[in-house]
Amino acid sequence: MSKKELRRGLAWSFVRALIGCYPHLAVAGFHRYSTYRSAAVAALTTNTAFGLMRIAVLFSVLGSRQQVAGYDAASIASYVWLGQGLLGVVILWGGHELADRVRSGDVAVDLARPWNLQFALLAEDYGRAGFAMLIRFVPPMLIGGMLFDLRWPQQEHTWALFALSIVLAVAMSFAIRFLLSLSAFWLLDARGVTAMYGLLGGIFSGLTVPLAFFPDWAYDALWWTPFPSLLQNTIDVFVERGSPLPLLAHQALWTVGLLVIGQLALRAAERKLVVQGG
Amino acid sequence: MSALIVADRLRRSFHISHRAGFLRRRRTEVVAVDAVSFTVQRGEAVGYVGPNGAGKSTTIKMLTGILTPSSGGATVCGLDPAKDRRALAARIGVVFGQRSQLWWDLPLSESFELLRSIFRVPKDSYQERLDECVELLELTPFLATPVRQLSLGQRMRGEVTAALLHDPELLVLDEPTIGLDLESKERLRAFLADLNQRGTTLLLTTHDLDDIERLCGRLMVIDHGRVLADGPLAELRAEVVTERTLVVDLTEPHPPLTGLPGVREVRTELDGLRQHLVFGRSDTTAAALISALVDRVAVHDVSVAEPEIEELIRRLYKRTTVPDAMTDL
Repeated sequence: MSKKELRRGLAWSFVRALIGCYPHLAVAGFHRYSTYRSAAVAALTTNTAFGLMRIAVLFSVLGSRQQVAGYDAASIASYVWLGQGLLGVVILWGGHELADRVRSGDVAVDLARPWNLQFALLAEDYGRAGFAMLIRFVPPMLIGGMLFDLRWPQQEHTWALFALSIVLAVAMSFAIRFLLSLSAFWLLDARGVTAMYGLLGGIFSGLTVPLAFFPDWAYDALWWTPFPSLLQNTIDVFVERGSPLPLLAHQALWTVGLLVIGQLALRAAERKLVVQGG
Repeated sequence: MSALIVADRLRRSFHISHRAGFLRRRRTEVVAVDAVSFTVQRGEAVGYVGPNGAGKSTTIKMLTGILTPSSGGATVCGLDPAKDRRALAARIGVVFGQRSQLWWDLPLSESFELLRSIFRVPKDSYQERLDECVELLELTPFLATPVRQLSLGQRMRGEVTAALLHDPELLVLDEPTIGLDLESKERLRAFLADLNQRGTTLLLTTHDLDDIERLCGRLMVIDHGRVLADGPLAELRAEVVTERTLVVDLTEPHPPLTGLPGVREVRTELDGLRQHLVFGRSDTTAAALISALVDRVAVHDVSVAEPEIEELIRRLYKRTTVPDAMTDL
């Protein structure tokens, strides 16, 4: 073997060691969720029905006006169907498996593995999100596109930015849920905080009404929280509402920040470690 | 032989807070494991037994690094479990009888593949061990079945395989046979015994004396967080259980079968249809007693009742507290 080959071989094994088991876990995450196809179809049906209701409400708000808070009819239609589609990808409600595992003590198994628990679960969540894109995001967008005039990206690079924004939103949703789940190490049960998060998340992420409909002070205040980055920012990137850079920067900063806090919390939890149950 | 596990005055206490009036809470300390010390040599098979709440699982958690000791320390495979949990995880296998390390929604074989990635096991050595487990534990019929659809016995065989794929030096099993039927228990025990024969060190907690009997050369008894006894099972039993009981079912009622050599006490049931013959372990053997019996009466069935694990522990416990009792006198 020549020196060059050897160096390349070493570099390759270094990369492999660095990425480790995580790509495999992402594939497994995809596969795990694909086994629940009928559940996904049921959720899709509900999403679509709620989409039709929400669009009716928002159109009546719009009334005879050309636009409200910068949203015209096409933007509102896009907003609603993107929201319905992304809901299952980003996950605003549920997805607290880890909290249950902490509560039951099954987390002992997760901690007895040579991996970084946060990276491992994030990888699995990306796999899940990938499956959700196919079955929860694409169909409502197609249905919405057939029934309504949607606003599609005018510039080609918006599609790439939109994809990046989804990648960030999924990581952010995961980072928040990871932190909430870890709170079970101290609270012994995270159901209170996850329920509260479900309530706030729906409103403050911009799922119920666009955040631009909020009074200015509320809109400004929300900008200091991670909530807009869960959903609203991704939608706004798609409908090209202003420059995408602040939207993506907000997402990136909050995502990285929350993931780092998650790592620190994980270390603290490991030190504390009251693994419950026999 | 070299030491694989060294536990040095391992202690773990938990704080539990109680309500003590309106808004007031009182914290009490509960000691789960109290200054436990022991050494396990490479290649040994050790049974770690005790009643519920004795501190078995807490000790296991400290040895595997998922619980930090309140004081004292341990060395496992030359590592400090609390500090090097991840490095240690790659060198030991852990089976929790009541928890699963498999992916619930995925086929069993896919869980194995994932574990291969997580533990970074080279392809050929992985394949070799997997093939062996598949053959010995007869996994083929359900390798493609999602784990949630497996029976408990099938799942446990999967769990044990999952714990062995990275060729651990030490296999820790926490209640591996809990809830299994007799056949599944026996199959698992035979596999584990063979594994130990070939050099893997075993440490298992159990409620089931048969697990110990079949698998473990050595027994450690723990209760209330302290090691009550540590030694070969036969020795411990001989030491604390000096009597055994032969239970005889006769074909027809019979007066108490007194006068048999070595029998210290006779109890009868069902008008003498069933008789319990208590004999000294050192005075006679069950075989000698049975042959003496068949000369006298028509015997339908016999069985030897060994003391249950709880009974053994009770006696061991009594033994260790005897000196205190004597000073009181």
